[in-house]
Amino acid sequence: MDKLELILQEYQGAKRDSLIPMLQDIQESEGFLSENSIVKVGNILHLPTSKIYGVATFYNQFRFQPNGKFHIQVCRGTACHVLGSSTVLKEIEKKLKIKAGQTTRDGLFSIEIVACIGACGLAPVISINGQFFAKVTIDSLTEIIESFRNKEK
Amino acid sequence: MSLNITINKKPVTAEKGEYILDTLERNGIKIPTLCHMKEMLPSGACRMCLVEIEGSGKLITSCSYPVEEGMSILTHSPRVINARKTIVELLLSNHPDDCLFCSRNKNCELQSLSEELDVRQRRIIGKKNNYSLDISGLSLTRDPDKCILCGRCIRECEEIIGVSAIDFSFRGSKTIVGTSFNKGLNTSSCVNCGQCLMVCPTGAISEKSHLNQVIEAISNPEMQVIVQYAPAISVSLAEEFGLEAGRDINGIMNAALRKIGFNRVFDTSFAADLTIMEEASELLHRIEDKKPLPMFTSCCPSWVKYVEEFWPAMLPNLSTCKSPQQMMGSIIKNYYSKVEKTDPAKIYSVAVMPCTAKKFEAQREEMSTNGMADVNAVLTTRELAKLIRIFGIDINKLQPEPADSPLGTRTSAGKIFGVSGGVMEAALRTAHFVITGKELNEHRFAQLRGFQGIKETKVKVGDMELNVAVVNGLGYALPLMEIIASGKSNIHFIEVMTCKGGCIAGGGQHIGANTDAIIARGKRLHDIDERESINVSHLNPQVMELYNKFLGKPLGETSHEYLHTNYSKREVLK
Ligand code: SF4
Ligand code: SF4
Ligand code: FES
Repeated sequence: MDKLELILQEYQGAKRDSLIPMLQDIQESEGFLSENSIVKVGNILHLPTSKIYGVATFYNQFRFQPNGKFHIQVCRGTACHVLGSSTVLKEIEKKLKIKAGQTTRDGLFSIEIVACIGACGLAPVISINGQFFAKVTIDSLTEIIESFRNKEK
Repeated sequence: MSLNITINKKPVTAEKGEYILDTLERNGIKIPTLCHMKEMLPSGACRMCLVEIEGSGKLITSCSYPVEEGMSILTHSPRVINARKTIVELLLSNHPDDCLFCSRNKNCELQSLSEELDVRQRRIIGKKNNYSLDISGLSLTRDPDKCILCGRCIRECEEIIGVSAIDFSFRGSKTIVGTSFNKGLNTSSCVNCGQCLMVCPTGAISEKSHLNQVIEAISNPEMQVIVQYAPAISVSLAEEFGLEAGRDINGIMNAALRKIGFNRVFDTSFAADLTIMEEASELLHRIEDKKPLPMFTSCCPSWVKYVEEFWPAMLPNLSTCKSPQQMMGSIIKNYYSKVEKTDPAKIYSVAVMPCTAKKFEAQREEMSTNGMADVNAVLTTRELAKLIRIFGIDINKLQPEPADSPLGTRTSAGKIFGVSGGVMEAALRTAHFVITGKELNEHRFAQLRGFQGIKETKVKVGDMELNVAVVNGLGYALPLMEIIASGKSNIHFIEVMTCKGGCIAGGGQHIGANTDAIIARGKRLHDIDERESINVSHLNPQVMELYNKFLGKPLGETSHEYLHTNYSKREVLK
């Protein structure tokens, strides 16, 4: 049995108040909430998928696409904010032509907004697959992203 | 228990437990509302209905706040007026400014409110909404830019229709109403009933217009353009022209349709009589052959789609009869074309329906012959009114005219298809005759009329007792379906109409009609049944002629080919 089925089995007969924990467990295991998993959650809880999608999109924590090969976390904590992390985010979104929470078509990059990652001295900071990049600027971003893209070539 | 309160300094008595809004309304004070829906629990989402409580100075939502002893309410203090105005200004701040081009121009609650509150300048400037249209559905278009997030469509779809195809997603300034995964109505469980459109205060939901195609066909001299209209249209169209609800303008409508340029004017009620001939025979056949019972009616395309999506195991219970619209469409293309010696490809077949789901139905693959659609375009009651205006026709100056022969003759049994319970009544009348060879002593079934959600009765037919039920509003189907699925039902025949009241309250009807208007439309259909002398489908002379000349007998081979179909399971995001 695959991991999704195992999680679903745990929740057989569960009530509607299990919705959030259920979604969290699935995301934890799968990395995102697929259409298929939401349909199955709906069957167990007797909830329409429109409602589940509504609840899931209300919270920032849920994703609806698998992470890209290179998962970019953009820190939007206070220190980073003061030093221009909103420009950083906008720039990355522009470069990759996706929004935070999404994954590029080729599956290479995804963007996630995170609250303070505890590296305020390095602000504005981003992390790609756990590797930190300090004091990023528009120029350095181009380089960073290209270097990851090149890894694929 | 009565409570003593004051409204605008005047003493008034109120009922304990009622909401302030209801007390105010009873006392002739009009309070603007947006999210409020009659006969549903308040949601308190829009804050449009604010009133001031004197003393505490609090502004509270009158729709969701019960009256209290000694309360002193100010309904139009400067603070209240200001607050209401600000709410409208905020709603306008991100709203697209395209009223002139909007489907709801001059019939929009947001427009009326800003007019009533005398909003005369753009005081609050926000970023304009810029979402993409959902044009994926065959019946409806959703435009999230025009949505003011009142939530009425969501509640209608969930609480009344029982489908829940749409809901709020995301939050804060990014909140929108949409289908799951925002994948569009087409792949959702939406049954195209259009009831969300009927409750929407703005132009955020509109029907897929077929007006242009129809106008083009009319102006094409190569085309024979034939129109049919549903039983409910003649008693509903008047309201679009400001006439009283329930007025029957059938003759005038015939004249208008001819003036517009339709070459033939037929009455879908004829096809309703035909449906009854087939459906009553099918019912007997099922009872005799122990085929799946209860049999469900299949004239409501929203209901059919609902079964395909939610109850696929019960598809064998759906009558195989096509709906009257589609029977008429098929007879026009496959029989009438021969009578007229016209190439069916040169016939453009238009149906005027009180319904948005009929647009979807006409485009179903099952509803075509040799790859040619049986019905080419479907106009709603609203679109017909537009067409009449576009062609500059003054309906007050028209003399009534009859419909065309041979597909324009109907009995009153076909006419009552337009109101909940009508299909069942008509079917029982003919079923009784087919089984016993005699007419019913009393062919009116009071128990099957009216606005309750579920209506049931027993009818003695020969030595058989038929148990029948009528579902009036799709939301009431669920409990009944559960009983049937558990095998504990002894019902033989069930009529289901998605819209509460039947087609007279369809999603293609006049927007803004109240319950009284809908009751008046239904009453007129029943009056027609009372007044006219031929009340049974099997006495429709033209239907008999059609059987003699073309179809043979009900459920015969030719009928099967042209009047029946089958449905299959439908995978959607539900
Ligand atoms: S058309 Fe009917 S089923 Fe579809 S979203 Fe609107 S109310 Fe729901
Ligand atoms: S689409 Fe219409 S009814 Fe639905 S929430 Fe928006 S404004 Fe209200
Ligand atoms: S009408 Fe009362 S809060 Fe919307």
